Amino acid sequence: MIDKAVRFYHSGLFDWFVQRVTALLMTAYLIFMLIYLFINPDLSYGQWEALNKSLGMRAFTFLTMIAMLSHAWIGNWCVLTDYVTERLIGPKANFIRNSIRFGMAILTFAYIAWAINILWRF
Amino acid sequence: MLTVSIYRYNPEIDQEPYMQDFEFDAQGKDLMVLDVLEKLKVEDPTLVFRRSCREGVCGSDGVNISGKNGLACITPISDAVRGNKLVIRPLPGLPVIRDLVIDMAQFYAQYEKIQPYMINDSAPPKIERLQSPEERSKLDGLYECILCACCSTACPSFWWNPEKFIGPSGLLQAYRFLADSRDTGTEERLSNLDDPFSVFRCHGIMNCVQVCPKGLNPTKAIGHIRKMLISSPA
Ligand code: SF4
Ligand code: SF4
Ligand code: FES
Repeated sequence: MIDKAVRFYHSGLFDWFVQRVTALLMTAYLIFMLIYLFINPDLSYGQWEALNKSLGMRAFTFLTMIAMLSHAWIGNWCVLTDYVTERLIGPKANFIRNSIRFGMAILTFAYIAWAINILWRF
Repeated sequence: MLTVSIYRYNPEIDQEPYMQDFEFDAQGKDLMVLDVLEKLKVEDPTLVFRRSCREGVCGSDGVNISGKNGLACITPISDAVRGNKLVIRPLPGLPVIRDLVIDMAQFYAQYEKIQPYMINDSAPPKIERLQSPEERSKLDGLYECILCACCSTACPSFWWNPEKFIGPSGLLQAYRFLADSRDTGTEERLSNLDDPFSVFRCHGIMNCVQVCPKGLNPTKAIGHIRKMLISSPA
């Protein structure tokens, strides 16, 4: 079972799968927001606050946020391993790529913390 | 008069590659690009390119013709001339040996990786391993590949990672064996392909489909492999 999970994680299938699922989630969020704004043309602050304060909406927003960050993390890895490689830019490539990855990891955690802070502050 | 602009590079004399223009009179005939090259070679014997069958079967004369990869021998100049100009370059993405001749070692290395032969350890029957017409028809659109490399050298994913991404040609061949009812190596083949690069570097932009001179569809084959990987138990 664990073997299987570890193998799945290291296979290209995992990233591929995550990209699809996260894309669906982000699309769902976008469509939901558009429809909500469309059927509530004169939205009051109170309504907007009530919507975003509900547990369901908080969870939905948070999950979408995680989806977006995972999607960006994988996409960024793909772009970097296409263009920032020893083949294309020489021996410095690995250092540059790993530095960008490191920066991106810090940024990702910062965003998660920030999202939690926003979503559960009010 | 037609202007034919050809990529020239002879590493023994040239510092760097350059484009050489030839004036060419097709005498109103719709020649194939290979005919043009042959005639120009009479004029300038130092011009180097590969060719053999001159009928789209051997796959040796894949070149980049006015920006699109194809076989010189079956591309009529009427399809390739833009504004009275024909531009011929080597296939992109692989090292140039001289003029239009590229080093295909990387391409063949990827082909070798997918084990392009039947895997079946069971004792062979007396005469041959039979297939039903339905089983045989699964190989249509796959077995016709002539390994011309037009597709793989048109694929950005192959340009950036030619040592890790198998490329459309190799993957089409991989599926050719995965789809063969006589082959028993399915699991082994799939487990060699499930890393993040071999198959999954394909982003489905279909450059390969656009250029294949045999009208094959590597993207579709890659989709089938992906589906097999998803549903495989390992
Ligand atoms: S799939 Fe088509 S373009 Fe690619 S190597 Fe085979 S014949 Fe050539
Ligand atoms: S569809 Fe895939 S294999 Fe074909 S050119 Fe695009 S990335 Fe390459
Ligand atoms: S010369 Fe054989 S395919 Fe063109």
